Amino acid sequence: MPIPLPNPLAEAREALQQRVLRAVADRSPLRLVGGGTQAGLVRASAGEPLALSVLNGLIAYEPSELVITAGAGTPLSVLSATLADQGQMLPFEPALAGGQATLGGAVAAQRGGPRRWLAGSVRDFLLGVRLIDGLGQEVGFGGQVIKNVAGFDITRLQAGAWGSLGLITEVSVKVLPRPQAECTLQFAMAQAEALQQVNAWAGQPLPLSAVSWDQGILRLRLSGVPAALASACATLGGQALENDAAEAHWTSLRERTHPFFEQGGTLWRLAVKPTSPVLDLPGAVLWEWGGGQRWLRTEAPAELVRRSAERAGGHAMLWRGGESGVPVFHPPAAALAALQRRIKHALDPHGIFNPGTPDFL
Amino acid sequence: MGHIESLPSSATRKPDDAALVAALRNVLPHAAVLTETEARRPYESDGLSAYRQQPQVVVLPANEAEVQAVLQVCHRLGVAVVARGHGTGLSGGAMPNERGVLMSLARLNRILEIDAHARTARVQPGVRNLAISEAVAPQGLYYAPDPSSQIACSIGGNVAENSGGVHCLKYGLTVHNLVKVRALLIDGTVIEVGADAPDAAGFDLLALLTGSEGLLAVVTEVTVRLLPRPRTVQALLASFDDVERAGQAVANIIAAGIIPAGLEMMDGPATRAAEAFVHANYPVDAEALLICESDGTAEEVADETARMRAVLEAAGATEVRFSRDEAERLKFWAGRKAAFPAVGRLAPDYYCIDGTIPRRTLGSVLNWMYARAEALGVQVVNVFHAGDGNLHPLLLFDAAKAGDFARTEVLANEILAKCVEVGGTITGEHGVGVEKIDAMCVQFNAAELGIFLGVKAAFDPDGLMNPGKAVPVLHRCAELGRMHVHHGALPHPDLPRF
Ligand SMILES: Cc1cc2nc3c(=O)[nH]c(=O)nc-3n(C[C@H](O)[C@H](O)[C@H](O)COP(=O)(O)OP(=O)(O)OC[C@H]3O[C@@H](n4cnc5c(N)ncnc54)[C@H](O)[C@@H]3O)c2cc1C
Repeated sequence: MPIPLPNPLAEAREALQQRVLRAVADRSPLRLVGGGTQAGLVRASAGEPLALSVLNGLIAYEPSELVITAGAGTPLSVLSATLADQGQMLPFEPALAGGQATLGGAVAAQRGGPRRWLAGSVRDFLLGVRLIDGLGQEVGFGGQVIKNVAGFDITRLQAGAWGSLGLITEVSVKVLPRPQAECTLQFAMAQAEALQQVNAWAGQPLPLSAVSWDQGILRLRLSGVPAALASACATLGGQALENDAAEAHWTSLRERTHPFFEQGGTLWRLAVKPTSPVLDLPGAVLWEWGGGQRWLRTEAPAELVRRSAERAGGHAMLWRGGESGVPVFHPPAAALAALQRRIKHALDPHGIFNPGTPDFL
Repeated sequence: MGHIESLPSSATRKPDDAALVAALRNVLPHAAVLTETEARRPYESDGLSAYRQQPQVVVLPANEAEVQAVLQVCHRLGVAVVARGHGTGLSGGAMPNERGVLMSLARLNRILEIDAHARTARVQPGVRNLAISEAVAPQGLYYAPDPSSQIACSIGGNVAENSGGVHCLKYGLTVHNLVKVRALLIDGTVIEVGADAPDAAGFDLLALLTGSEGLLAVVTEVTVRLLPRPRTVQALLASFDDVERAGQAVANIIAAGIIPAGLEMMDGPATRAAEAFVHANYPVDAEALLICESDGTAEEVADETARMRAVLEAAGATEVRFSRDEAERLKFWAGRKAAFPAVGRLAPDYYCIDGTIPRRTLGSVLNWMYARAEALGVQVVNVFHAGDGNLHPLLLFDAAKAGDFARTEVLANEILAKCVEVGGTITGEHGVGVEKIDAMCVQFNAAELGIFLGVKAAFDPDGLMNPGKAVPVLHRCAELGRMHVHHGALPHPDLPRF
């Protein structure tokens, strides 16, 4: 049987619902605040701040179902520790931000770390959400089972919507067993060769779980049963990294505390087709996810960065800095922008939640 | 069979056949517009043949421009349009509308691009699921979602239904294996959702379109993610003398930290029917059979199968067999794959139910189901995706016998309600279509249905795409007495009801 827990959030949810109903009546917008770790990206949001940290608590967890349900304000560090006790993990390896990052925030901002490369993103593991919609109604979509095709997928629509489509109160996510073992290999390799090599490896049945490249060094993490890692390492070559150093490296990417991010200047996140060749842009690069997520420190004009990302099959988000007036989010094509405004209207007709985020709405 | 209600008649009107046909002939070659009764007959139903309807006209566009032209005609004339892949759906999703156009995407059947290095394939919607894996096999790649209908169903239909397969416990559903989709809105606007990049700018419209059952847009191009073919695959066949113990074994495998590539269950009647049909050498005295598959490198498979055997034996398996070679592995699967036709030999008709429950309730729900079936005098056979908790009870009946199907429908509805009651859902992979439109009123309250209708209106304000499917209009639920009105208020007062 599932661990029967009284829903610790009923009261908090009720209070938030009353607050939203008041906002709807007054037509006064709200700015939803989780752990506040993404504040830099929602800088355009107007509205009165509404703290969601009250939605903190585990609601249900049954390891054999591979599902955990918790309040949206639950710190990811708490969830990760609970899962680790049962030998499980959040497969998308989100940043914990020293205990500040919350489950709802990870969903809204679609946050994933090194393992997101081949394991999948938050949306891939999202099974259900409960929301307070833009009319102040409590609604639920999806559930706690892995296969569920009843109705439109309003659940996954919340991933990466930055809270603009509802106040998420509860989240159910699929979890996975932790790998028995991990090891990290490193290779001295120029960027172009590294992009080529990593995608060639990814096309083979190898137990890969993370990759990064910066300053001429490619690092590759493998996860799985020890015997499989040993044989894969023998095939791949390279130099094995000490466990502590490896752990520190992947943590610094997950938390974005790697020295690359500590240096000042304008920082862009480009999501591009992983096999795209080296981008013709000035500045310093660090990439992850097989070349799919490329971090770029550059003072190149925003237009140049965005066109370059588009040509590489993707988009660019202004992560930090930049000239004033440059939108944070990559503007979608006109037809898609119009469609997204209509979807926003369907879930939040009075524009109560996070007006101005994403900034193309 | 119940009368199928479609959207209010104001949403769709029936222009006279001549005007509609003339408008379509204007934009399509003559042979691509079917008006003869005989020519339209094959399109009357999908795989759920109990629900049938003659469309006003059938069109067979051959490329995206023709699809666009058809949609523009329907939009201009206010005519309903139903997209159809290869018609294997099991919920009546592609059942035509009597006042509209049935558009088959079958002629858009080309593989446009295979990018082996990026591990993607870009294909037209009418390409069959299995044809993708066949086309990329020389590169050592495959497309993971494998519905049992994969030799026949289209990738466009898979996107519309978010189809699963026996390997989706480990590799995910259709939604997890898509990169990007090109689709047309009712007014002919082209949209591209998803991206070759790990994520796309803006809302996740790719997830929203997946599983939308042809209500939001017509899919004209699909880019799928391909995976490297595993080097080693092995299957285990475990017998149990009791379904409860087999259900517990399923939960224990997952709890032990194992995610098998496949984890399927067949109950005693299914096992015996399959054995009689294909002679897979199944143990016919077993009350439940589990087929567990492991894939990966040789080391991974050796480790995982050893751990699975230990869990199965501890859970009380009376026998655990390992496939010794590829031929034996395929033999283990042969019975499972032929289970539906095998059951088809037991009775003139059967009704396949689709619902999902938490794994831990497998044993108790199956025993409840046997008891209800006996009380109602219906024979039930179970063969299903146990690892996902996705049930497929097959209810046997004889359509020629008065009252037989009615009893079957009673049990079917009870089973779906049970799925919801234990924390599951009314459909795991076959979709809502027309079949489960009423059950939607059980699973969702008025506010939730209102949001579905709002999203529908954001894509298709006149309700012309596949009307009457997947999402019930609110007055339908109200008339059924199943509407949950929340806080005394109906949402979206602008939407049609009462
Ligand atoms: C024997 C058998 C076994 C099956 N096994 C499984 C299984 O294991 N797992 C599973 O998930 N399903 C299974 N199914 C169900 C069915 O095969 C799937 O739902 C499949 O995805 C339907 O594809 P299709 O091309 O036949 O679609 P159709 O039946 O033609 O259409 C299905 C729905 O998709 C819409 N649609 C089709 N093409 C498009 C398009 N291009 N754009 C927009 N909408 C479109 C239609 O309007 C309709 O609503 C099985 C069916 C049979 C008969």
